[in-house]
Amino acid sequence: MKFAVIVFPGSNCDRDMYHAVKEILQEEADLVWYQEANLENYDAILLPGGFSYGDYLRSGAVASTSAVMKQIKKHAAEGKPVLGVCNGFQVLTEAELLPGAMMRNKHLSFMCHQESLVVENDNSIFTTGYKKGEVVRFPIAHGEGNYFCDEEILEELKANNQIAFTYQNNPNGSVADIAGIINKAGNVLGMMPHPERAVEALLGSDDGVKLFQSMIQNWRDTYARNA
Amino acid sequence: MKKVTVHITLKQGVLDPQGKAIQESLNSLGYQEIQEARVGKYIELQVEDGPDLEARVKEMCDKLLANPVIEDYSISTEGARQS
Repeated sequence: MKFAVIVFPGSNCDRDMYHAVKEILQEEADLVWYQEANLENYDAILLPGGFSYGDYLRSGAVASTSAVMKQIKKHAAEGKPVLGVCNGFQVLTEAELLPGAMMRNKHLSFMCHQESLVVENDNSIFTTGYKKGEVVRFPIAHGEGNYFCDEEILEELKANNQIAFTYQNNPNGSVADIAGIINKAGNVLGMMPHPERAVEALLGSDDGVKLFQSMIQNWRDTYARNA
Repeated sequence: MKKVTVHITLKQGVLDPQGKAIQESLNSLGYQEIQEARVGKYIELQVEDGPDLEARVKEMCDKLLANPVIEDYSISTEGARQS
């Protein structure tokens, strides 16, 4: 499986993402500069964390208007997997590939520590490696991770089983403790916590490995079926 | 050229943590009369004048400058036409 890690000016978790898929999962991966990106031959797109364009205007807003987003939207529309973590999640909501918006954390402070998450959906291409209700430990590192959506969208997210992860102890004020959501079609996941920083016991947790394994396994199953 | 200003605020009903912090600070300075503070953005644009100026700026707000999920905006145009 071939992964593209999109690098925007200000991305700073791109190498962690690359390390996770390339070194830990032993899959093909490239760091792709956003302006030179040709995503046609990639199987999955990873949008890493960081501060694209210095968070100017709103986190992820400027990156969401860049030319590479057209390719990412096409890739997503074809049903191929897209994973956005932290700033990647912010970019996905700004690009309207996922519903809702990000606000400053409830207590305004930047937070950087491990959080316990509850797996809410074990039936998506990203989460089949987990069990519903399972508690996993991922680090968070964000100042604007307070997920907001209106009642109507929240009901829709619940009805379609689009909430992938919730926080056990909501650190940032997110609506309904939401830590990560999936689009309706099931191939785009955005989450504030960092699975790519939880891939080795050395890092304090390797709970993130199963997320990448799920993507790879599900892609192989689909690919094998279609081949 | 025209100067167009865009004011962006969080929608009423959306919690504004920055505004809340400012309100509490003002209260602690003794300004008990402050009931609420809300923080927004002010963007100044120098735009070539045209017949659909306001509509185009509105489009810019919808596409980039404001996030309609959490923000409202208002547009005001000022300044006379310059040669």
